[in-house]
Amino acid sequence: MTEYIIRNGFVFDPTQGIKGDKADIAVKDGKIVKSTEVSSKAKTVDASGKTVMAGAVEIHAHIAGPKVNEGRNYRPEDKLFTYKPKSASSRMAGGFSIPTTFKTGYEYARMGYTTAMEAAMPPLYARHVHEEIKDTPIIDEGAYPVFGNNWFVLEYLKNREIENTCAYISWLLEASKGYAVKVVNPGGTEAWGWGLNCLTIDDPVPYFDITPREIVTGLIEANETLGLPHSVHIHQNSLGNPGNYTVTLDTLKLAEGFRAKNKFGREQVLHSTHLQFHSYGGDSWANFESKSKEVMDYVNKQKNITIDTGCVTLDETTTMTADGPFEHHLTELNHLKWANVDVELETAAGIVPYIYSPDIKVCEIQWAIGLELALMAKDPMRCFITTDHPNAGPFTRYPRIIKWLMSAEARKKQIESFKHGAKMVEATHIAGIDRELSLYDIAQMTRAGPAKALGLSHQYGGLAPGMDADIVVYDFNPEKPHKPEDIEKAFSAAAYVMKTGVPVVINGEIVSNGNKRTLWVKAKVNENPQVMRDIRDKFLKYYSVTQANYDVSSHFVPNPHVIEVDATH
Amino acid sequence: MSKSVTDVICPFCGTLCDDLEVIVSDDGKKIEDIYNACAIGAEKFMHAQAPDRIKRPRMQQPDGSYKEVSYDEAVEYTARMLYNAKKPLMYGWSSTSCEAQSVGHEIAEKVGAIVDNTATVCHGTTLIAVQDVGIPSCTLGEIKNRADRIIFWGCNPCHAHPRHQSRYSVFPRGFFTNKGHMNRKVIVVDPRVTDTAKLADYHYQIEQGRDFELLSAFRVALRNEPLPETVAGIPREKIIEGAEVMKSGRFGIIFFGMGVTQSLSKNHNIDNAIMLTKDLNEFTKFSIMAMRGHYNVTGSGQVLGWQFGYPFSVDLSRGFARYNPGETSSNDLLRRGEVDAVFVLGSDPGAHFPISSVRKIAQLPSVCVDPHITPTSEISKLHVPVAFVGVEVGGNCYRMDNVPIEARKVVDPPEGVLTDVEFLTRVNARLDQLMGGK
Repeated sequence: MTEYIIRNGFVFDPTQGIKGDKADIAVKDGKIVKSTEVSSKAKTVDASGKTVMAGAVEIHAHIAGPKVNEGRNYRPEDKLFTYKPKSASSRMAGGFSIPTTFKTGYEYARMGYTTAMEAAMPPLYARHVHEEIKDTPIIDEGAYPVFGNNWFVLEYLKNREIENTCAYISWLLEASKGYAVKVVNPGGTEAWGWGLNCLTIDDPVPYFDITPREIVTGLIEANETLGLPHSVHIHQNSLGNPGNYTVTLDTLKLAEGFRAKNKFGREQVLHSTHLQFHSYGGDSWANFESKSKEVMDYVNKQKNITIDTGCVTLDETTTMTADGPFEHHLTELNHLKWANVDVELETAAGIVPYIYSPDIKVCEIQWAIGLELALMAKDPMRCFITTDHPNAGPFTRYPRIIKWLMSAEARKKQIESFKHGAKMVEATHIAGIDRELSLYDIAQMTRAGPAKALGLSHQYGGLAPGMDADIVVYDFNPEKPHKPEDIEKAFSAAAYVMKTGVPVVINGEIVSNGNKRTLWVKAKVNENPQVMRDIRDKFLKYYSVTQANYDVSSHFVPNPHVIEVDATH
Repeated sequence: MSKSVTDVICPFCGTLCDDLEVIVSDDGKKIEDIYNACAIGAEKFMHAQAPDRIKRPRMQQPDGSYKEVSYDEAVEYTARMLYNAKKPLMYGWSSTSCEAQSVGHEIAEKVGAIVDNTATVCHGTTLIAVQDVGIPSCTLGEIKNRADRIIFWGCNPCHAHPRHQSRYSVFPRGFFTNKGHMNRKVIVVDPRVTDTAKLADYHYQIEQGRDFELLSAFRVALRNEPLPETVAGIPREKIIEGAEVMKSGRFGIIFFGMGVTQSLSKNHNIDNAIMLTKDLNEFTKFSIMAMRGHYNVTGSGQVLGWQFGYPFSVDLSRGFARYNPGETSSNDLLRRGEVDAVFVLGSDPGAHFPISSVRKIAQLPSVCVDPHITPTSEISKLHVPVAFVGVEVGGNCYRMDNVPIEARKVVDPPEGVLTDVEFLTRVNARLDQLMGGK
């Protein structure tokens, strides 16, 4: 029975509405309890003069799996000057935009993140994803299998067979030990099998003769019929193209008329990810401009959607996505090395390095759009901070993004340093925004908000009694005057991080590998012999592995945290 | 009554067939028959039953003879060898599970070793080319379902990957290829008239070592630029015809092997082949894939990748991972005399390295962990027999297209024989004890 009490910190907890009041947080057996419930033997952590928050929750990052690892292996240059030797409690760790698994776990923990979701798991490669998750220390992780180009889904939804879609989702979540329904460039990635794409929501998918519109609405309906903890998590069509904001609005509007049905307290039916890449105006790179206002005006009034930003951090990074045709488009633009993998019956993926240069106007505009989305968000519980790691920048830059969001001065300085600052200001709204986010807003955007959207608000993202003891202390005194740089410094290396009751970081250094868990969702549905027969049939005829060799065995998920859903009726 | 074990994974080549059926005696101890496997794969299973199999570690004596020792002594020798060495080489890892590789890497990190796998003398050049220019590829099921242009360049799957063509590349009927090989055109580029070349629609009998030129010529032909009368011994018309065949397909794939990776030009050949593939994507859909040899050499590259960030030739001796093939690759290290101990697991450098390297291994403190007697075991100071991965113990493996498949256990290992993971775990624990005093 280990007991802790974290004393006298300025607590920011949106789940209880605490906005910087001084309070003690007590911990017993890995859970947060009332301060009266711990004995006098509880170890004390002095947080006076410091900021206390729940462990942060990453809703969308590419941190484990085949494309991430291809990125590591094909970019030896990414390791240059990054390696840290092993210590008594940590393995050697290196890499910048695509760090090794060990570094991924350590760096998240040092910033106060205790949970992270791998954003795109190709089901055929699920075993690989879980092997990497197993080797990523400290943080709890889950992975979203991709459904938006899956042949079963395309065939069932073409015939509007929602019940069969549900049965298939349930089967695949269990087989791949997945967490949520991810959709990447619906239809477009299947079209990429023939070198084609779907650029609007009404472009038909070759052969399957279904449109992205039908795929998205069908999956929302299936997701809500099942009552899964997370909503459909969507990367829309036409990512990264000038003028794509109209496709974005078309897709977001598909959520109208749907209501969230689940027992997890989730309210959205659609999560739109890395929205920065989807909020572009203009019709070429020459007149490229921000359409964040148009997009956020819609998001702000439509309560059943959540978003994450996908902020550009102005670094050299490695883009990777299951949007195969986009990566081909990108390599044609920047002529950097292109890797691609098409995955039978399921999906595809591409990888291209990218340099977001502060000397290039388009990159400067992208930087502005990412921040504008967060600054225009009326409800911080529905807008989350991400970099779509590593696509718009590495996750290790979150502290810098928080600095930009919390300080108009820091933004101004950045704009002044741009080569095309004046042109950029013309094409964006950023210079006219003086809003500075508060620590409470940040706690909503990085903790309580994503936890709620994932259907995990009962255990993550807050400091109420009964929740997991994932607690972070930042060396930042909100009552004292500070410079913008102090924000970045404090959030880069937490003074103290506890993961389910185990201290893992002290003064920015890793002290323990924690007790990492893998989250996955087991959705029970009625027996469905037709779907089982279809699955058997596809394995016999079209897959290159047998059905018996497809399931991820428990051996790959040594410490599971299974969330059960009963959708039988 | 015999029992049948189905969906067994074949631990031989990178094709990683997963549809074998193994007939096992009632007591689960003896393998009686194997269905679906190729001749090599079947032999791998049957060999586990060989009556002359070594079941205990053996230490080489000064007179060249062998003395049986216990596993305890073997663990002690291995741990002390690695502990005392300044820069040990830990080579192999291609014929074992990812779980074993992972424990091996932990050991290597502790003792400051170089970890290298068989790619170093095989597809390492491919990995370097991928670092130069990327790689557009796909899974083998995509080829089965979509591909109508199949190119085998410098490889001979009829013999090296015997079931590759029937399972994935030439004969199977897939979703968009329901006529099987009737839907496909096969091009083989090889200086020899191999059995693979014999079944091709087009055989380009190229002059040996001129692959780079022919690849360039195809790229020129795609652009409709002028070509000389012959390139690499192939007439201009044939090259233009070949380029047309590639362009006119719906989905094409280039498979390539050691004929291009380890002949003149090495990684530059692959650079060019990948760029040809990229060029072809301007016209249609095209992919390229390395015909990986050992059943889990791909896995070794994957595990090294996520743990250290490099796919082979990883030098941990300075306390952080470095990668510089040519400097940190096994043969260069051995021939320059830069390593002072050699640990081999899951490979046979004795048979495949140049004699100058093999001689160095024979002179150094050395351990060979391998179920078989091999040329490597014969020159190593200590030979540690272990259970066969994929026959007597399970574990994860990666196919040539990076698809992970979990190998199955079919029978028990002979009594008292340790698995790779068990042996490595004991060495790791002993190293912790030895280092406790440091």
